[in-house]
Amino acid sequence: MSAEPPNTSIALQSENVCRHYAMGEVLIRAVDGISLQVRAGEFIALLGTSGSGKSSLLNLIAGLDRATSGRVIVYGNDLAKLSREDLAKYRLRTVGMVFQSFNLIPSMTLLENVELPLRFAEVEREKRYSMARQALDRVGLGPRLRHRPTELSGGEQQRAALARALINQPQLLLADEPTGNLDSRTGTEIMDFIRQFNESFGMTVVMVTHERALAERYARRMIFLADGKLVNELENSASPPLTTRGMA
Amino acid sequence: MKLHDVGELAVRNLRESILRNSLTTVGISVGVASLVAMLSLGIGLQQLAARRLQKSGLFDTVIVSSRRDLRNFRREQEENGPAPAESPSLDETARLKIEHLPKVVEAYPDIRFVTELRYDEKPHLTIVAGLPFSARNNDAFDGMQGNFFSSETAPEVILQKSFAEELLGKRPQPGADEINVAELAKPLLGKDLVMRFAERTATPPDAKNAMPDHASPPSSSYSVISREQSLKIIGVCDLDPDSMRGQARARVFIPLHLAQNLHVMQPSDLRDTAELPGGNSTYTTVQVRVKNPKDVPTVEDAIKKMGFNTFSIVDATKSLRQFFAVLDLFLGIFGSLALAVASIGIINTLVMAILERRREIGIMKAIGASDQDVKGLFFAEAGAMGIFGGVLGVALGWTIGRVINLGTNIYLRRQHFPPEQIWSVPWWLVGGAVVFSIVVSLLSGLYPASRAARLDPVQALRYE
Repeated sequence: MSAEPPNTSIALQSENVCRHYAMGEVLIRAVDGISLQVRAGEFIALLGTSGSGKSSLLNLIAGLDRATSGRVIVYGNDLAKLSREDLAKYRLRTVGMVFQSFNLIPSMTLLENVELPLRFAEVEREKRYSMARQALDRVGLGPRLRHRPTELSGGEQQRAALARALINQPQLLLADEPTGNLDSRTGTEIMDFIRQFNESFGMTVVMVTHERALAERYARRMIFLADGKLVNELENSASPPLTTRGMA
Repeated sequence: MKLHDVGELAVRNLRESILRNSLTTVGISVGVASLVAMLSLGIGLQQLAARRLQKSGLFDTVIVSSRRDLRNFRREQEENGPAPAESPSLDETARLKIEHLPKVVEAYPDIRFVTELRYDEKPHLTIVAGLPFSARNNDAFDGMQGNFFSSETAPEVILQKSFAEELLGKRPQPGADEINVAELAKPLLGKDLVMRFAERTATPPDAKNAMPDHASPPSSSYSVISREQSLKIIGVCDLDPDSMRGQARARVFIPLHLAQNLHVMQPSDLRDTAELPGGNSTYTTVQVRVKNPKDVPTVEDAIKKMGFNTFSIVDATKSLRQFFAVLDLFLGIFGSLALAVASIGIINTLVMAILERRREIGIMKAIGASDQDVKGLFFAEAGAMGIFGGVLGVALGWTIGRVINLGTNIYLRRQHFPPEQIWSVPWWLVGGAVVFSIVVSLLSGLYPASRAARLDPVQALRYE
């Protein structure tokens, strides 16, 4: 199994991945032997109550955390084998992330926030500027480039965060409760953007949520976690079929 | 991340908590300022002492005498080198030869004689010496009343304070305050002195013919005629310009060329007559001024090789330099203490910044910043504080030094001393202080930067 060459149609694969950590005397099994496969261009939702390990799994996939055992392979990269430096490059080039709390840097304008990943990617100033502008235009924030995050509504902030996540054209978008801090109308707006990127760019999306209704509406497949274990997996028939995606 | 991006982000981060970072920067600048002020005073004092010693003429002078003159300064040396009778004579040719040695500024004959000076119809006996024009820079003339000689042959005279007291019949009372030079000079300046001296003149040809059976060649015979020369008092000096001469030091000075032109009978003249049939007039001693005190030994050796005796005072500037090196070291250490305290301030500020910007660091890592990027950012912030603090500190230290210098000079003027430059900020100190400040800041930034880089992004993002 481990000698298998990376399948190009498989974007993400986890093999019996575990993330255990000690909290005092107690061993917490945040992720406890999860194996799953996500095809390129797929939109999946990780569902579960809080403490089920869905965010921990997302952090492992994002390369923000390292697995205690097992493997996470994303587009052929075995994350456990990457150095800290290469893991940073992986986060920069392959993954885009949006968070429940937006995580924009408050002291920077929207434009500066969005172009920050391009600074780490050592893109020239002029190119950086036009790319960031374009990304903000795409999420409808073109007129608000010079505003600071605190001057914007939650929906606008999340759109800016989305623009930032997509600026390096990642193959994998990870969303951690992206609508958790938004009302349902702006939440829908954000989800529509995510779906649009999933469909038009063929970007693989892994979304963590605890709202089953949201998952049913947008995700192609739902994976249910509890106590760090995969407990159920459901194909979503309500979602449009995968074959029509990536064409637009 | 590119270097200019790191710098840009660092400066904008510093601006974000402007008060705290300014205070830290001021802390650094105070440290740098104390370092600069301490060292600039140390350097200034060293330069002052060196300048004083140089001007004293004690350490850059070599006194040359002929081995024929048995009253040598160092008798033990007579055992080496040629026997006195075989050694060359110290005449004008020898003087020119010495003057053309490398590192020699000038070599002038020492003309001094005991004679009688009349002032106010009263005779006074003292030693008169010829003074070269270059001596006007000697610090013995710093507090002088009146002026230096107007030309190299002017019939003018400068009196040493003690002789001025003698002329006026004033004796310093034991226990009483010293008599002010200005007071002494007031009645004397512009007055005339009459100097009586013995002039050596060549014997006229007819006189020589009157002694046909005399074996000596014409040049070795001369007449001695008593003459008088009127001299105008133009200066009274407080200090002793002739301190190197010990007992033989003169108290009355006339321009050297004037002294030469007067052809005053010298003690060596008589000996010449006996020892040097057909010889020229010779000098008792020649004073050689050397460019730099440390050149004295080389010049002395060269002169000794020519067959003369030399005398010099061992260069004291070397031990002076040693003393100041130690002093500068201590001043530097004390100055650096403030900078060490400031560096703790940097560490504190940056560690605080890490706590405050934990989340920001987590975000940056999540969107692709490497450990190096985060480390570089904090490092650059420390460096930027070092640059600003260093530049500000040098300016501050320079100002402090200037103020101390100004204060000292006001004090000196009140005490009737000439102003002095006791403070000096050379360019190497300016550059060195800024570089030192940056290095100290970067060292202080090492720990916070590596701590920020090691921050676990998952923990940092969870942190609210």
